[in-house]
Amino acid sequence: MSEPPGAVVSLDAAAKIPDPSAGAATGLAAGEPARPAHAQRVQPLRRPGRWIATAVVLVLAAQFVHGLATNKFYQWDRFAYWFTRPTILDGLLVTLEVTALSAVLGLLGGVLLALARLSRSPVLRAVGWLYVWAFRSIPLIVVLIFLYNFSALYQTLSVGVPFGPAFFRFDESRLATDMVVAVVGLSLNEAAYAAEVVRGGVLSVDQGQHEAAAALGLPRGYRFTRIVLPQALRSIVPNYVNQLIGLVKATSLVFYVSLLDLFGTAQTMGSTYPGDIVPLLLVVTVWYLILTSLFSVAQFYVERHYARGATRTLPPTPLQRLRTALTTARTRLRSEAAI
Amino acid sequence: MSTDVQIPADSDRSAPAAVEVHDVHKWYGAHRVLNGIDLTIRPGEVTVVLGPSGSGKSTLLRVINHLEKPEAGHVSVGGEPIGVRRNGKRLKELSERVILAQRSRIGFVFQNFNLFPHLTALDNVAAAPVATGRLGRGEARELARNLLHRVGLGDRTGAYPRQLSGGQQQRVAIARALALRPGVILFDEPTSALDPELVGEVLSVIKDLAAGGTTLVIVTHEIGFAREVADRIVFLDGGRIVEQGPPAQVLDHPSHPRTRDFLSKVL
Repeated sequence: MSEPPGAVVSLDAAAKIPDPSAGAATGLAAGEPARPAHAQRVQPLRRPGRWIATAVVLVLAAQFVHGLATNKFYQWDRFAYWFTRPTILDGLLVTLEVTALSAVLGLLGGVLLALARLSRSPVLRAVGWLYVWAFRSIPLIVVLIFLYNFSALYQTLSVGVPFGPAFFRFDESRLATDMVVAVVGLSLNEAAYAAEVVRGGVLSVDQGQHEAAAALGLPRGYRFTRIVLPQALRSIVPNYVNQLIGLVKATSLVFYVSLLDLFGTAQTMGSTYPGDIVPLLLVVTVWYLILTSLFSVAQFYVERHYARGATRTLPPTPLQRLRTALTTARTRLRSEAAI
Repeated sequence: MSTDVQIPADSDRSAPAAVEVHDVHKWYGAHRVLNGIDLTIRPGEVTVVLGPSGSGKSTLLRVINHLEKPEAGHVSVGGEPIGVRRNGKRLKELSERVILAQRSRIGFVFQNFNLFPHLTALDNVAAAPVATGRLGRGEARELARNLLHRVGLGDRTGAYPRQLSGGQQQRVAIARALALRPGVILFDEPTSALDPELVGEVLSVIKDLAAGGTTLVIVTHEIGFAREVADRIVFLDGGRIVEQGPPAQVLDHPSHPRTRDFLSKVL
């Protein structure tokens, strides 16, 4: 069992601090070459403060989990009953639908508003600013209830020449279902925030990039979609996901315009089964946690996609990290077994 | 290298100047940057613009490709007025689309490279010919591969700009400018942002272009390089051309005190 010096094996054996005199006599006699100094493992500094803090936090966490599991008040059996009830799932579906539609429409509106705010036209800039100012000032719930009563303000909507003849005329009350009111309200609100996120992203792109694109004679549309936006997305994505997570929770307000989303369903069920209010709230909490987690996972991969070229090497995905950890562990085990 | 100087058929001159700057003024508020620049550059000529910082060298280049609009005067490239159209005796501003098309015939190399960081070296070079509709994607990539090979980066086509050294990035930027087959290439201090040991590789690429007959206008502080490559040296001070002529004359026997003063500081 004589191994060449510098083999992987030497790393672990070197953990025992070698005694130079004994090493020369016994170590070599056993067929083991003396360890070169650079192969020795450095003993890490002890950090007792960190250990104490960890212990305290673990105890507190254990207490919390224990309470969560054993406190009768939570009624986990009822939680299990409600968690996948069709009514709850229907509500979840409404939440997802409202979120998805408002996220897409809000982002589209946001991009247009951001372009308006970045435009060279003072009128467009002013309109963009006013919109953002207005919708960031008005509470979302007020916007929603305003829209809910919209048909009282404007009975018909018509498409035609401004101040002139109309080509189409819609009866407002038939057009505005609860779903439409909810999506329009959330989108209007979302667009104001998305506009600022997108504008911030565009501003974060170096001026030299605009100049280089202009100097190459790249058309304006190409410049925005292929040069500026991909770079802006690096800062837009984390901010917009943050915004989206806010949106998921903001959809719980659509209950007030009589749309039964996840939260609304739980509320209704809660008033029918007053004893189940706490488990129903838990059901809602867990579903929102799941939705937020999904967004966070998506965020990681989208961010990674837009990091191309921004960092020299991309951050590893959890899967890649797991694989590396496994390989390292396996080589270490194997090398230990070899000794 | 096909220099492709655009010569309009309706031109009244037999051989239009590659670049013609006519009484150009540029100011920002009260700050006057260019004070009546007149300059004619023949096709194939290599012009080096020297001058102290703030003398208007970069602004002159940026006016030539219309990144900056001159307050007075006008610029022609290959006989074609840039940014404006002659309408009888008056000059009318051109639409952005036409200006972009004109710019795509003028190469520009920046001090800070300004490569697109999210695109590989190959895509940086291939982007403009595709975006301006001159070449299909496949042809553009083929051209990009050739150009990168020519600037000595044939093996780094897949690298992102941040994975390249400054000198390599600047060489990609030169290839990017060449991809549009410009009639003239403007260099704005192409080696000022580079580590000293990387300057040589960029200058040698520029020298090759000069030897190949491309019209070049170079703003630089590399006096030795200017002497070697320039057909003409233009010395700028306070937004005016105070002296111009062949390198031997301007560098060795400067006639203007400002030129003498500047050269004594940098040589």
